[in-house]
Amino acid sequence: MLTFTIRRLVLAIPTLLFIALVIFLLLDMAPGDPMADQPLTIPPEVREEMRRALGLDQPVYVRFGLWLYQFFVVEPLVVIDHLFGTAYSAGQARVISWQFKSPVMDIIVQRLPQTLWVVGSAYMLGVLIAIPIGIVSAVRQYSVFDQIGTFISMVGFSVPTFFTGVLLIVIFSVNLGWFPSIYDTQLRVTDWSSFGQQVRQMALPVFVLALFNAAQISRYMRASMLDNMTQDYVRTARAKGMDERTVVLRHVLRNSMIPVVTVIALGVPSVFGGAIITEQVFKVNGLGALLITAINANDLPMVQTLTFIFAVLIVLFNLVADVLYGILDPRIRYD
Amino acid sequence: MPDGAPPILEVRDLRTVFRLRSGDVHAVNGVSFDLREGELLGVVGESGSGKSVTMMSLLGLLPSPPAEVLGGPVTFEGKDLLRAGPEAMRAVRGGRIGFVFQDPMTSLNPVFTVGFQIMEPLRKHLGLGKRQARARAAELLALVGIPDAGRRLDDYPHQFSGGMRQRVMIAIALACDPKVLIADEPTTALDVTIQAQIIELMQELRQKMGMAVIWITHDLGVIAGIADRVIVMYGGQIVEHAPVDALFANPRHPYTQALLTTVPKVQGERVRRLAVIDGQPPILGQFPDECTFRDRCPYAFDVCHRLNPQRYPVGEGHDAACFLNDPGLAPQRPVLEVVDG
Repeated sequence: MLTFTIRRLVLAIPTLLFIALVIFLLLDMAPGDPMADQPLTIPPEVREEMRRALGLDQPVYVRFGLWLYQFFVVEPLVVIDHLFGTAYSAGQARVISWQFKSPVMDIIVQRLPQTLWVVGSAYMLGVLIAIPIGIVSAVRQYSVFDQIGTFISMVGFSVPTFFTGVLLIVIFSVNLGWFPSIYDTQLRVTDWSSFGQQVRQMALPVFVLALFNAAQISRYMRASMLDNMTQDYVRTARAKGMDERTVVLRHVLRNSMIPVVTVIALGVPSVFGGAIITEQVFKVNGLGALLITAINANDLPMVQTLTFIFAVLIVLFNLVADVLYGILDPRIRYD
Repeated sequence: MPDGAPPILEVRDLRTVFRLRSGDVHAVNGVSFDLREGELLGVVGESGSGKSVTMMSLLGLLPSPPAEVLGGPVTFEGKDLLRAGPEAMRAVRGGRIGFVFQDPMTSLNPVFTVGFQIMEPLRKHLGLGKRQARARAAELLALVGIPDAGRRLDDYPHQFSGGMRQRVMIAIALACDPKVLIADEPTTALDVTIQAQIIELMQELRQKMGMAVIWITHDLGVIAGIADRVIVMYGGQIVEHAPVDALFANPRHPYTQALLTTVPKVQGERVRRLAVIDGQPPILGQFPDECTFRDRCPYAFDVCHRLNPQRYPVGEGHDAACFLNDPGLAPQRPVLEVVDG
């Protein structure tokens, strides 16, 4: 398993380099000009000077090489400096956002907590709700519980989050006034009352996203449980005199979790990617919102870096899913 | 009913109906039989004749819904299994009655070690601790002829061959020293040499442990070699019941006769085509009021289309559900084809 993991990690390097190149070239070819939001009164020679300051006069391969160097060498050095108080990165240029004129990674680190709090807890909540619902729906197939569960997950799955989000805002913020409609990024949790405030402002976006995630995962869980409940080994377990609880929660569940865990692991990168639309609806200042503003502002280094980080996470969690698969299913051996 | 050792399992008028959306299917229609201590009872019949469903009905192994088990009683150790509560039923399953299924490739849980799966019933029914259960599981694996048993407890089912897995299934079924072992086509999915080994193993274990065995199969050759008594099933009913010698020497139901002619002979002239029974067993939408075999029976006459024959005693412990055995009804005794037995 360890050899497999290391081999996969090594193989991931060329994949990621290629992805980085593709992203870079796509962004380079895309229409739009980082100078577009500058006033038209700026004379052309000054404009040219500004482009040169951003390094835009260099050929593509130089710019790409520079970005690679900055991302893979300078940024890790900054992290090391930060952790150990060393000064390896002193004087080295970092990946700078054109829009904010400050290092891209610093801004990402600022935005990450909002995203992890809202989207991450929504994902965890979604999984925690989905698994029991999936199990019960499968065990009591076609029961009232199953019918209601199926209906809710169809709704959760097919109604877009911008609709449920706005609907919840109208009901719970505008009409009932229970929850704020806008997420306050500045809020610091220092005591119980500010913690309560944090929970209240998280409630709506978390609910919207959790419903969406739970809808999807509970369907997988139900289908996987149903697949396994008719297997011969389940009959064997019953013939051994095991009670229903043991049959379902030990024999069937363990087998059913194999594909579901993979689905859950593959969904984790989207947590870091932020929920672009939901973050917009609730004004959560997370990574999704950051990416959207960067695209609008033609902030290529920011878009490049964010997109690449998502790509890394996707590759990484694919590997995590494969490793989990190998751990859960003894029939699969990678060595 | 024949005499001999006292019965340990008595089944009376067992009926099983599957209530499906497309309508009812009557899979078991009034089956009655006894199982005596220590004997091997063979149950034969082609696919769809209700052999497996009968045995699974006894133990409540059919999913309900759609299955509904009626009739009875099914008496085992003084209890009516059909009316025992789920807890009592679970104590019987795996504890007092072991079950071996047809396909060893899918009957074991792929994600648990073989040791764990053998230990499960030991811990549940006998209340053994982890260490004792493990020791007993190793004994059982050795008993069913798996070499290096202690070490193989930690292996997963996919690390065993088909024959070895069936040995593991047998070990699980025997774990709690059951009074009855029900083997549902235990050798059908195995190749012939492995089949012979498993049959030999079962014979040996039966003598060692003194349990009664119900052996479901459609292989008459196997039955001839191991059974004490045989039940022939068709259309969810017992059509003939006889000691094994009597059945092969003197089959009294046209279905049994037809089954016996389908067994290819090794000696003598080789036939161009294998003998077959034309048609298929019926799928019964309602409880049969007429003979279920009439459409495929070469001897069928008017009564067969109106009435369902009772089981006529035709010899010592031998009965057959066919009007040909009713001296008052049968137009003439058909000439029975003599089969080498």
